[in-house]
Amino acid sequence: MTNHWVDIKNADVVLVMGGNPAEAHPCGFKWVVEAKIKNKARLVVVDPRFNRTASVADVYTPIRSGTDIAFTGGVINYLLSKDKIQHEYVRSFTNAPFLVKEGYRFEDGLFSGYDAGKRTYDRSTWAYELDKDGHARVDMTMQDPRCVLQLLKKHYSRYTPEKVSEITGVAKEKFLQICEIIASTSAPDRTMTHLYALGWTQHTVGSQNIRSMAMIQLLLGNMGMPGGGVNALRGHSNVQGYTDLGLLWHLLPGYLGVPLEKDETLAKYMEARTPKPLRPGQMNYWGNFPKFMVSLLKAWYGPAATKENDFAYALLPKADRAYDMVSIGELMAQGKMSGLICQGHNPLASLPDKTKTSAALSKLKWLVSIDPLATETSVFWQNHGEYNDVDPSKIQTEVFRLPAVTFAEDEGSFTNSGRTLQWHYPATEPPGEAKSDSEIMAQLYRRVRALYEKEGGAVPEPILQLHWPYRNAGDPSVQEIAKEYNGYALADVVDPKDHTKVLAKAGEQLATFAHLRDDGSTAAGCWIYTGAFTEKGNMTARRDPSDPSGLGATLNWGFAWPVNRRVLYNRASADPSGKPWGPKHRYVSWNGKAWAGPDVPDFAPTSAPQEGVSPFIMQPEGVGRLFALDKMAEGPFPEHYEPVESPVDKNALHATKSNPVARIYKDDKERLGTSAEFPYVGTTYRLTEHYHYWTKNVPLLATLQPQLFVEIGEGLAAKKGIKNGDRVEVRSKRGKITAVAMVTKRIQTLKVAGKEVDTVGIPLHYGFVSVAKKGHLTNTLPPVVGDANAQTPEYKAFLVDVQKISGPGQV
Amino acid sequence: MALQSLDIKNRSASTSPGPSARSTLELAKLIDVSRCIGCKACQAACMEWNDLRDHVGVNEGFYTNPADLSDQSWTLMRFYEENIEGSLQWLILKDGCLHCSDPGCLKACPSPGAIVQYSNGIVDFHQESCIGCGYCISGCPFNIPRLRKEDSKVYKCTLCSDRVSVGLEPACIKTCPTGALHFGSKESMLIEANGRLDDLRERGFKSAAVYDPQGVGGTHVVYVLPHGDRPESYGLPKNPSVSPLVALWRSGFARTVGVITMFGVLVAGILHYMRHGPLEVPGEKKE
Amino acid sequence: MPEGEPLIERHSVNERVVHWAIAIVFVFLFLSGLALFHPLFFWMSALFGGGPFMRWLHPIAGVALAVLFFPYAFALVKDNRWLPEDEEWRKHMWAYMRREYHPTGTHKYNAGQKLMYWSMVPVIAVLLVTGIVMWQPWFAPLFSPDLRRIGGILHAISAFVMFVGIGIHVYAAYWTRGSIRAMVRGTVSQAWARFHHPAWYREITGKNP
Repeated sequence: MTNHWVDIKNADVVLVMGGNPAEAHPCGFKWVVEAKIKNKARLVVVDPRFNRTASVADVYTPIRSGTDIAFTGGVINYLLSKDKIQHEYVRSFTNAPFLVKEGYRFEDGLFSGYDAGKRTYDRSTWAYELDKDGHARVDMTMQDPRCVLQLLKKHYSRYTPEKVSEITGVAKEKFLQICEIIASTSAPDRTMTHLYALGWTQHTVGSQNIRSMAMIQLLLGNMGMPGGGVNALRGHSNVQGYTDLGLLWHLLPGYLGVPLEKDETLAKYMEARTPKPLRPGQMNYWGNFPKFMVSLLKAWYGPAATKENDFAYALLPKADRAYDMVSIGELMAQGKMSGLICQGHNPLASLPDKTKTSAALSKLKWLVSIDPLATETSVFWQNHGEYNDVDPSKIQTEVFRLPAVTFAEDEGSFTNSGRTLQWHYPATEPPGEAKSDSEIMAQLYRRVRALYEKEGGAVPEPILQLHWPYRNAGDPSVQEIAKEYNGYALADVVDPKDHTKVLAKAGEQLATFAHLRDDGSTAAGCWIYTGAFTEKGNMTARRDPSDPSGLGATLNWGFAWPVNRRVLYNRASADPSGKPWGPKHRYVSWNGKAWAGPDVPDFAPTSAPQEGVSPFIMQPEGVGRLFALDKMAEGPFPEHYEPVESPVDKNALHATKSNPVARIYKDDKERLGTSAEFPYVGTTYRLTEHYHYWTKNVPLLATLQPQLFVEIGEGLAAKKGIKNGDRVEVRSKRGKITAVAMVTKRIQTLKVAGKEVDTVGIPLHYGFVSVAKKGHLTNTLPPVVGDANAQTPEYKAFLVDVQKISGPGQV
Repeated sequence: MALQSLDIKNRSASTSPGPSARSTLELAKLIDVSRCIGCKACQAACMEWNDLRDHVGVNEGFYTNPADLSDQSWTLMRFYEENIEGSLQWLILKDGCLHCSDPGCLKACPSPGAIVQYSNGIVDFHQESCIGCGYCISGCPFNIPRLRKEDSKVYKCTLCSDRVSVGLEPACIKTCPTGALHFGSKESMLIEANGRLDDLRERGFKSAAVYDPQGVGGTHVVYVLPHGDRPESYGLPKNPSVSPLVALWRSGFARTVGVITMFGVLVAGILHYMRHGPLEVPGEKKE
Repeated sequence: MPEGEPLIERHSVNERVVHWAIAIVFVFLFLSGLALFHPLFFWMSALFGGGPFMRWLHPIAGVALAVLFFPYAFALVKDNRWLPEDEEWRKHMWAYMRREYHPTGTHKYNAGQKLMYWSMVPVIAVLLVTGIVMWQPWFAPLFSPDLRRIGGILHAISAFVMFVGIGIHVYAAYWTRGSIRAMVRGTVSQAWARFHHPAWYREITGKNP
C-alpha cells in the first residue's frame, strides 16, 4: 500500500477493482465501512462477480475478467477529455510536461522496439529527451505533441465509452456513472483510494493493471494524499514482510535487485542500479544504493566482507536466468532439478496446471516440505481417487517432512499491507516435534556447513564465510534476527557535515537508514527496516494507538517502513508552494522552516519549496510517472491485451491480441484451449471462510464452508440444464474438476462485442488432504502463463467448459 | 444460569411473579445489516466461545453454511439474492434469537424455570430444567430454538449471558470486524440504529428502517434493514407476534378453566352421589 | 338375589386385563399430561422420575394406550351400535341419573356407555395423531410450526374431553353398584343383569328377565 489500512477512512471515494476486501480482508475492510459512515464515502466495486464487497457497495458493475485496462484506459480518456484532472498537481508533480524521445511510437498494439522473434522489446526509445547536461527536457505548457500529456491523450483517445463497453461488457451508462464518481476526486480536497489484490495481479497484464490505476491517481492528484493512493491488499498475513526481505527471486532484501551474470563486479552492479538525477537539483534517494548494498553484504558476510574484496560481492550467486516459481516448475518438468525445498509452500495446489506440477514433482529425486501441515505437495505421490489419481509405484521422489510451527506458536514480526511491522508473541506451545522455521534453517545450515568443512567441495565459500553471529547457532532468536535486519554500526558513524558529531557508536543499533554507510562501517540486513529495532528497543512492539491528527497516522504503533512513514509520497499532499491542497486533508506541509505534519515527511526535511525539489524523491526526475519509461516490459503506457485464453476472437483495439511479451513455454502453449472448445471464462478466487489451503484442515472453518463449489450465472445454468446443488464438471484444456454448482444471480451474462460471454467462478481452498469435504485442486484448470514483469500466473481469466454430471447430494 | 436469580424477571411455567427488588439496564444487540459483509466471524466466535462444533456438512448450492441453525449453530449468516427495483441485492442476515420482550418460547414452555427472561431483556434457556418437549420451538415466531437429539435439550443464542453477567459484550460483538454488530443499552442501540437511517436514505435506500417488532413487545436484538419495507426478503417475518394458536394453546386462563372443570366433574360426582345415592338392583341385598 | 342362582360372566379375563392395563396407562398419561398442562401440577413429574423422563415416557405411553385401546374398542364395536331404544335413553338421560327412569330393552351396554365409547374412540384417535405431531425429537420436525401449534391445542382439548369422560366413566362405575366387581371379577348376578341389561340377559340365558 502506498497508504495504509487506517488511512482508507479518509477517502471520499473507495474504488475496489481487482480485489474483494470484504471477502479476503474483512478486518481491514472496517476502514472502508468507516469511510462510508464517517466520511460519507461512496464505495464503487468493479468485479466479474457480485461479491461480498459488492453487497455493501453504492455502485457495482460486472466486468469481463481480464479487461481491466480497457476500463481504466476509458477512465483516463474520460478524465482527459472532460478535463477532470488536478491541473496543478499534474503539471508540477507528474512527468506530464516531460518530452519523450523521438522514435517512441505506438502502432497496431505494439510500442516501438518490438522483436517478434524474442517476444521482447528494445526499450531504448521509451525515454525522455535529454538536454546536454543529461537532464530531461520539459514543456511546462504541456502543448508540445511529444510531451507525456499529449502522448497520453492520444494513446487513450481510442478508449471511448462505446469501446470500453464493447470490450469489457460494462454497460455504457454504468461506466460513465463510475467515471463521474472517480472524476469527482480531481477536486483538490477530495480523494479516492484504490484497493486491489490478486484480482489484478493474476493476469498476463497484471503489473500494467496496477500502473494504469497509478496513472489515474496521479491525474486526479490522489497520490501522497491521505485517503488516496494505490493500495495493494496483501494476501497472506506476512507476504509483505516476505517481499520486503527478498522472497522474490529477483530481489535481495529491501528491493535491491539480484545480481545478474553480467554484473561481474560490485562496481558494475552498483553502476546499473544507482541513478543520477534527471532534473537539476533533484533529490534522488536511490542515489544511496551503494550504502544499502554494502551494509547488506556486511550483515551477511561480516568480517569476510572487506573493502578490498568488494565486500565479498563474489560470494553472492549471479542469476543466469529467471527463477520465479513458474520457471522452477518448468525446470522440474524438464527433469533439470534434483531436489526442491518447500518452506511454507504448497506448489501442487498453488501453481497453475496441477497435472503438469504433479508430473514435475515426480521427476525430482527428493522433496522437502517444511510446513505445519501435511500439504498436498508433501503427499503428491498418494492416490486419492479422482482427486489425485496418481500411481504411487511410478513415483520415486523421496519426500521429507519437517514439521514447522504456525504463526500462533511463534514469535516475530508481521509486516502488514500498510508496511507496518507489528511484533507478535506465541499464543501456545508448538505440538510434537514442530520447530520454528528459523531453527529448521539454522539446523540445516549447520549440517551443510559441517559437510563442506569436512569434505570441501565446489565453491564452499558462500556457506563457510556466511556471518553467523547468533548466541545459539542452532536456533537464532527472533530478536537477534530483527536486530540484524535493522542494522548496527560496526564503527562510529559520524555526521558527514560535522565529523565531531557521532550519530551511532560502534556496536549500537542504527536509528535510521540515513546512517548507513558504503565504507563497511555499518551492517543492515534490510535497509528499509532500519529503525525497527533501535537502541530504544523493539519499535515494532509499540502499541500506542493515539492518533493526534485523527487522520490515522499512529506513529507510536509498531513501525512502518521506511523510517516509520505511514503515507508514501506525502510531500505531494501539499501544493508546490508547500501549502495543503485543501482544508480537509491537511497532512504534510511547509511550516516556514521545515516540512511537518502528523506523518514523517517523505522529503528532505528542510528543503524549502522555493528550492524547487520535486516530491517523488525515489525517482531521479522527482515526479510521478504517467509515462513509465523503460520500467515495464509491455511498454510505457498500459494497453489492453486479451487474456492468453480469451472468449473473443480478436482484440477490439488493434491487431495484437494478447500480451506480446508474456512468457510462455512451448509445452504450455500446446496446453492452451480455444473459445470454440471451451466457451466460458473461468476465474478463481478465495472465500472469506478459508485461508488458502490451510483452513480446510480446521474443523470449525470447514463447517462454515464445507465443500468445493463453482458459481454459475442463471443464464448459463439454464443453457446447460444445471440446477442449484447439482454436481458439475468444469474442464479446461489442462484438466477437469468436479464440484457442486451454485447457480446465482450474482454472475451475469455479459454482452461483449455482440457476443454473450458467461463466467464460471471457481474458489480455491479445497484439496485432497482435508477435514472439509475432499475436493479437487482448483489450480488443475488455469494455464501456465505469467505476467511479463512479475510472472504471476493468469489465474483470473482462462477458458473452461462446464456440464452437469449428476443431481444434488451425489459425490 | 449466568445471571443472578435476582435478575430473573419471568420464568416459564411459573405460578408466582419473579423477584422485582432491583432492575438492570435493558440491553440490546444491534445488527446493522448495511455494514455486514457476511464474513461469518460471528458464527465462528459463537462456536468458539460456547464450545460448539457443528458437523462438516456439504454445500447445497448456498453460501449459508451450515444449512440451518442447530444445537451447535446458535447464529447463522443467511444469504439471499434478489433484484429489488432493478438492482441486484445480496442480502445477508445474521440469524439467531431476537430475545423478545414477549417471548413465545417462554410462554409455551411447560417446565418451570427452563426458560427465563432476565430484567436486562435476555431470554435464556436453562437446559438442566429442559424436558425436551420442544414447545418453545413451536412457540417461537422466528423459528430459532433447536432440539438436540442426543440429549433432548433445546439450545439457542444466550446473548452470551455468561459474558454479559461479568460486563463483557457477547462474543459475536467482540469479533465483528466491520462494526456491523453493536451492544449496549436498548435505548442507545435504538439511537444508533435510527442514526444510520439518514445515511442509508441518502444512499438511495428510501425505505431503510429499524426492525424492532412490536408484535412481540420489541426485541433485544434489533436490525437496521436497508430495505426496511420488506423484512421477508431477509427471511424475517413482517409483523411477528406470538401466534394466536400458541396464545390459545398455552393460555393460562384456558388451562386454569380446564383444570377447574375437570375438578368440577369430581365435585359433581360427589354431589350427585350425596343427593341420589347409588344405582342398585332393586331388592338386591348388599353382600 | 335368590340363593344359588349362578353368576353370569360379563367380562372375560382377557378383556379385564386389557381394561385395567389401559386404566393404568391412562392414569400415567393423565397425571403426566396434567403436569405438562398446568404448572400447578408440574410437581407430579417427580412421581415419574422427573420432567425429562416423564416427557420421554408420555408419548410412548400414548402409543401403548392406542395399541391397547383400539383392538379392544374394535372387539366391542358390535355391542356399541347405536339402536333406536338408545335414543329413548338419551332423551331421558337426566331422569336416569335421578333414578326416575329405567330402560327395559338394554343390551350389553346402555346408551350412556355407548356415548362414552363413541366419544373415547375419536378422542383417543385425535390424541394419538396430535401426539405424534408434537413428538420430539422424532416426528415434530416433520410438521410446520402452525401444524404443531394446532396439534397442541387439539391435544389439550381432547385430553380435557377424555378426562371428563373418564371421570364420568369412573363415577358411573362406582354409582352403578356391581359394575366394578364385573370388571374386577368378571361376573355379575342374574338380578343385576336382568335389571341393567335385560336384553343382554335374554340373549345369553334365553330366559325372559
